[in-house]
Amino acid sequence: MKKCILFSALAMFMAQPAFALSVDEIVAKANHTAYYQGADGKAKVQMVITDSQGRERSRNFTILRKDVDDAGDTEQKFYVYFSRPADVNKTAFLVWKQIDKDDDRWLYLPALDLVKRIAASDERTSFVGSHFFYEDVSGRTPSEDTHELIEETDNYYVLKSTPKNLKLVEFAYYKNWIHKSTFIPVKTEFYDAGDKAYRTYEALKVDTINGFPTVTQSKMTDTNIGGFTVMGYSKVNYDIGLPEDIFSERYLRAAPRQYLR
Amino acid sequence: MRQATRSTLCFLFLYANVAGAEEPSLPPGLGGSEPSLPAGLGVDEPALPAGLDSLPVEIPANDRAASDWKESLPFDFTGYAETRLGTRLQSDATQKSASIGEARLHLGATKSWEGTTASLAGDFLYDPVLDSHSVELESGEGWFDLREANLLFRPTDFSDIKVGRQILTWGTGDLIFINDLFPKDWNSFFIGRDEEYLKAPSDALKIALFHEFANLDIAYTPRFDSDRFIDGRRISYFNQNAGNIVGRNMPVFVDKPSRWFSEDEIALRLYRMINAYETALYYYDGYWKSPNGQDAASGLFTFPALSVYGASIRGPLAGGIGNAELGYYDSGDDSSGNNPLIRNSEWRLLVGYERELLAEFTGSVQYYLERMENHDAYRASLPVGVFARDKNRHVVTVRLTKLLMNQNLTLSLFNFYSPSDEDGYLRPKINYKLDDNWTLETGGNIFFGKRNETFFGQFEDNSNVYVSVRYGF
Repeated sequence: MKKCILFSALAMFMAQPAFALSVDEIVAKANHTAYYQGADGKAKVQMVITDSQGRERSRNFTILRKDVDDAGDTEQKFYVYFSRPADVNKTAFLVWKQIDKDDDRWLYLPALDLVKRIAASDERTSFVGSHFFYEDVSGRTPSEDTHELIEETDNYYVLKSTPKNLKLVEFAYYKNWIHKSTFIPVKTEFYDAGDKAYRTYEALKVDTINGFPTVTQSKMTDTNIGGFTVMGYSKVNYDIGLPEDIFSERYLRAAPRQYLR
Repeated sequence: MRQATRSTLCFLFLYANVAGAEEPSLPPGLGGSEPSLPAGLGVDEPALPAGLDSLPVEIPANDRAASDWKESLPFDFTGYAETRLGTRLQSDATQKSASIGEARLHLGATKSWEGTTASLAGDFLYDPVLDSHSVELESGEGWFDLREANLLFRPTDFSDIKVGRQILTWGTGDLIFINDLFPKDWNSFFIGRDEEYLKAPSDALKIALFHEFANLDIAYTPRFDSDRFIDGRRISYFNQNAGNIVGRNMPVFVDKPSRWFSEDEIALRLYRMINAYETALYYYDGYWKSPNGQDAASGLFTFPALSVYGASIRGPLAGGIGNAELGYYDSGDDSSGNNPLIRNSEWRLLVGYERELLAEFTGSVQYYLERMENHDAYRASLPVGVFARDKNRHVVTVRLTKLLMNQNLTLSLFNFYSPSDEDGYLRPKINYKLDDNWTLETGGNIFFGKRNETFFGQFEDNSNVYVSVRYGF
């Protein structure tokens, strides 16, 4: 057994290239690639939610995103404008993503002209009834987890991330396959305390848009809930010069149509 | 050979320890236990894993069909057809037993040009519970209710103007309104129409001005828009003159301010964010929105003059959202409070808190106070034997909302309870989204109280349950 460990240690040592990135650097780059490319961005999203009995429901929306401080990969603002199904048509959703405190969230209900403030204490609840959580859409703060590099392959850094505060989340840890040249997280598996992977994110398709490798189709499967959700992104654009005041009550009440097309 | 096998085994053992037992399936061409590269990454793309060959994902056939004809239109079009049936839970001698029996077709269209958006929305409806179906656009009576007909444009970078028929809302309360003095449709609310119908449209000009320091909304209504108030035709109520509950036998007749540009309303909101907190100051000048006075000579109910001064704050608090709102209602036609036919001035206060209690389960509480000014003068002015309101009316509300089945099933409960009036109003509701188009709903409006004269107590015989089916498109 001693020999075995020595062998493995040697193998792992030899696998490390001379310019190896630290785990935190890999995580930071992956976080940047997944959520912070460009100073701002826009995408039209078609979401198809398939429940445990195979029934499909759809959500169509446009998402606008702006980094508050583009250099820092910290606070961001999101504006989500729904077009379908009919009962959510013209509903708008605004998020000010915060790093060390709860996000600020507002929902605009057009039939009532109502701007509703939403409590955002739990990031790990379903986003619009899908298998994606709010946190999957807007990003999980890297410093909430401890990360370790458990494997490195030709294509991937495989990381294991363990939450610092287990009480805030439903998983025990997750594993992330991060593509080495683009830093796109291609697959994420969430494990429960019994080491069972119950929730899986997959990047199904990547396109390079404005020079940024971008996931244009992704899937979340959750065996606890049953079923899966596929998100398809179209009309993706970066650095479109979104003014920051788009992300305010003014534009909840009067949608910024020129940016939503 | 033996050595090599041992090494391989030992490597696998170690690897399994590190990587865990659950490994993704091996796509062709990849040796490790890792996901295949998605299309577009890398030069030598591995074949997609089985089951993912049918990319891009097919959208459901019915949705695609719906999108085709809607996208061929030169404007954004949406709507729904709905039927909603309800019955009183007890007999009310002054009303029919059916509380609602409605067929409704809502159509809405939006068209945008450069910088301008036109919106048109209206409801065609028929309800045999009503005896008259002639259209009154102002009060929303009859077979057509025009909800929106407005133009929104942006004359400068710092202003938005919306002119025409529109729904207006501001303030922080949940089904309690202090500084939102835009018209409400209490009949719709009490008979169990969708909550959006609580807001009645205004015919107004709204100018929104934006500045770094603060933003200002000005809503000008050139001709007073009252609430669609409780008038006995659908909902029975306590009539002070009759000393009893009355309904269709004694509908309310009003003398409503209706002169253009002189009997008008103005509502202002000055607001800004202070860190994560939304703060606002409000002003309103117009009339009590529901009849709160009576003309001694004609016996007609009136809408006395009203000015309101208020403030609100809303923001994060202890893992949830807290809000507070205050308003002073200055009843200008009876500032001394000694006219028994006109409602006195009062203070209104609201404090609320909402948070997620468990996953997909949200709870909120509100405390609301109406505090009458000149209560002594009011009491002294009342004829002997007439029910006198308390100086303070306290109301506590609780809302519980549970989402189930991928958020397609919503169970909700809203309760108003007044410990001072000893009355209340319970609104249970179950809403189920069958698919992207069909929605089923059932619920109730349960009023309870010890006395006929109190706000919720007077509606006790209107308690009802309803069911609805809606097809959205």
